[in-house]
Amino acid sequence: MFHALVSIKQVPDTTNIRIDPETNNLIRQGVPTILNPYDAHAVAAAVEWKRKLGGKVTIITMGPPAAVTSLRECIEMGADRAILISARQFAGADTWATSYVLAEVINEIHSKDPVSLVFFGKQAIDGDTAQVGPGVAVRMDLPVVSYAVKIREVNLEEHYVIIERKTESRNEVIKTSLPTALTCEKDIAEIPYASLPDLVYSLRYEPEVWNAESPITFDPAQLGLKGSPTTVFKTGTPEKHSAGEVFKVTEVGLDGVVKTALDKILAVEGMASMLGVQK
Amino acid sequence: MSRRFWVYIEQEDGKVHPVSWELLGVARRLADEVGDDSIVEGILVGYQMEEAAQECLHYGAETVYVVDDPAFKNYLNKPYTVALTALVKKYEPEVFLVGATTLGRDLAGAVATSVGTGLTADTTHLAMGVIKENTKKLLLATRPAFGGNVIATIVCRDHSPQMATVRPRVFNPAPRQAEAKGQIIHETFEITPDMINAEIVEFITNTAATVKLEYSDIIVSGGRGLGGAKGFELIKQLADELGGVVGSSRACVDAGWIKYDHQVGQTGKTVRPKLYIAAGISGAIQHKVGMQESDFILAINRDPHAPIFDVATMGIVGDLYEVIPALIKEIRARKEAQNG
Ligand SMILES: Cc1cc2nc3c(=O)[nH]c(=O)nc-3n(C[C@H](O)[C@H](O)[C@H](O)COP(=O)(O)OP(=O)(O)OC[C@H]3O[C@@H](n4cnc5c(N)ncnc54)[C@H](O)[C@@H]3O)c2cc1C
Ligand SMILES: Nc1ncnc2c1ncn2[C@@H]1O[C@H](COP(=O)(O)O)[C@@H](O)[C@H]1O
Repeated sequence: MFHALVSIKQVPDTTNIRIDPETNNLIRQGVPTILNPYDAHAVAAAVEWKRKLGGKVTIITMGPPAAVTSLRECIEMGADRAILISARQFAGADTWATSYVLAEVINEIHSKDPVSLVFFGKQAIDGDTAQVGPGVAVRMDLPVVSYAVKIREVNLEEHYVIIERKTESRNEVIKTSLPTALTCEKDIAEIPYASLPDLVYSLRYEPEVWNAESPITFDPAQLGLKGSPTTVFKTGTPEKHSAGEVFKVTEVGLDGVVKTALDKILAVEGMASMLGVQK
Repeated sequence: MSRRFWVYIEQEDGKVHPVSWELLGVARRLADEVGDDSIVEGILVGYQMEEAAQECLHYGAETVYVVDDPAFKNYLNKPYTVALTALVKKYEPEVFLVGATTLGRDLAGAVATSVGTGLTADTTHLAMGVIKENTKKLLLATRPAFGGNVIATIVCRDHSPQMATVRPRVFNPAPRQAEAKGQIIHETFEITPDMINAEIVEFITNTAATVKLEYSDIIVSGGRGLGGAKGFELIKQLADELGGVVGSSRACVDAGWIKYDHQVGQTGKTVRPKLYIAAGISGAIQHKVGMQESDFILAINRDPHAPIFDVATMGIVGDLYEVIPALIKEIRARKEAQNG
């Protein structure tokens, strides 16, 4: 049976971030959260293939209790089961400690209900690391196809999958055996409109909650802040960019603004020769 | 024992990715910050690597470790991870830098996990410094987080090597020396069947990938202010006139006016051209974080209060459909004047 597992993250909507100056921690209070955009497309792809092949889609996330909202959003998109992995001990995890927990959880699910594909987003927009997917794959010794843009074929009888991925210079078509992990670009699938039954189901759906002791007993030394090799030494706000001069067409005239613009651009060293225009 | 500062030399078909030279440049500076016993070394994995290895020496690597085998002809995560893990365990470098490219991020995440060390992703500033008195200097890896709202400096205290991926085009490349000093060390490596868990069945030349926004020096981007897909024809005209490429805000991608590969911003590409022209783009934070490091930003917007003006080197308040044609005309006039 086709069983897709999607690992998702709820992330703060990055328009609205503040940092506690004393603890250097993120102030999450009052900041709206969203399902990580790439993860939404990964869920869409998983559901699309479930519709083609039959089977089911399981969603997992490690995060605070509020992440239930994002899990419900995935159920609304057509996922069947959702698990929230949540406990104080997990807090402050870097990608190393995160991939430890996720790999253990996926192994546990896989042992009861074999998984065909493990989906990740390309990256989470809060941390932008793109490390968790490859990290989990290494821990589970699964093949990993990152920057996936298209799943061409899933062959359950012969246990292989053919995935197209994007590199900087070309696309590569990769064949791996099942189970395989993949990290998804948005091209992987369009976000579907929720069907009415899925919508209704999601409203009442209560995700399962797993913690640090049950059903898996995690090694406490590897969890959260304590289990993270990297730590934040300091944080700050980026340098403010100073705004340059602004010219209005209504004041300077069209001819005036374009001449000024070109003069300023061409005054930058090397620009004239690069653009092939003389100062 | 020398303290090794390692740089992963990324290559495709024997062609070295320029970020590798940038990393050799930063690694040199970091090594100098630590002291005389520090050395800069390159790690090269691939097939038929003689020329690339030689180039590394020209760019200042004191040693290049080369794994050269047909099995490594094309990049695949697992065999490359296994090879690099073995090299790290053998030589125990103190710092290991990898380009924050598509390939580099895929590889570094896997290697760090398999070695069992920390990795700081997508750094834009690097230094060596003590964070507690009387302790050794650590790699202070600084990176933007939370959509560019925050700058965080991250350290890896008790694990080795201290790894970071480094954003391309942030640091200057090391100068190329006429003379190649240093040594090439070939590492032989046994390929076992369990290392091959994926197979490339086809390559597709991706026309979209040739957009290469992140490596372009000149970008002309259009936003919702264009009013429709047709507006990108005008943007393209200006880009062509300047020898640049076309970028876009997310609003236009969402509207289906242009393909995602052109999107600049938090969920698109981070760019750092010499010239960035933003036309009909309001300047939402998610757009700005993707382009605000550009050398010269020209913003064209009807609304004098558009936030894009906060990061623009120069702003023009006006209708882009008047300003851009006038700009094209002026450029053409100057080109003609110059050609006689
Ligand atoms: C999680 C998340 C991630 C995101 N990622 C990105 C990203 O990667 N990249 C990105 O760009 N956005 C991103 N966004 C969206 C972003 O918040 C903005 O919605 C988007 O950038 C707006 O695009 P725009 O400036 O083209 O459109 P608008 O904000 O609608 O601005 C259009 C502008 O055009 C001007 N205008 C109109 N007509 C004319 C004319 N004739 N001449 C001159 N000016 C004119 C208007 O004054 C206005 O300022 C993201 C949002 C979220 C929530
Ligand atoms: N806490 C988490 N719980 C579940 N999945 C996660 C978590 N963090 C990251 N991921 C997954 O890993 C991907 C890459 O995240 P990152 O490495 O943080 O950029 C995301 O798109 C998610 O699919």
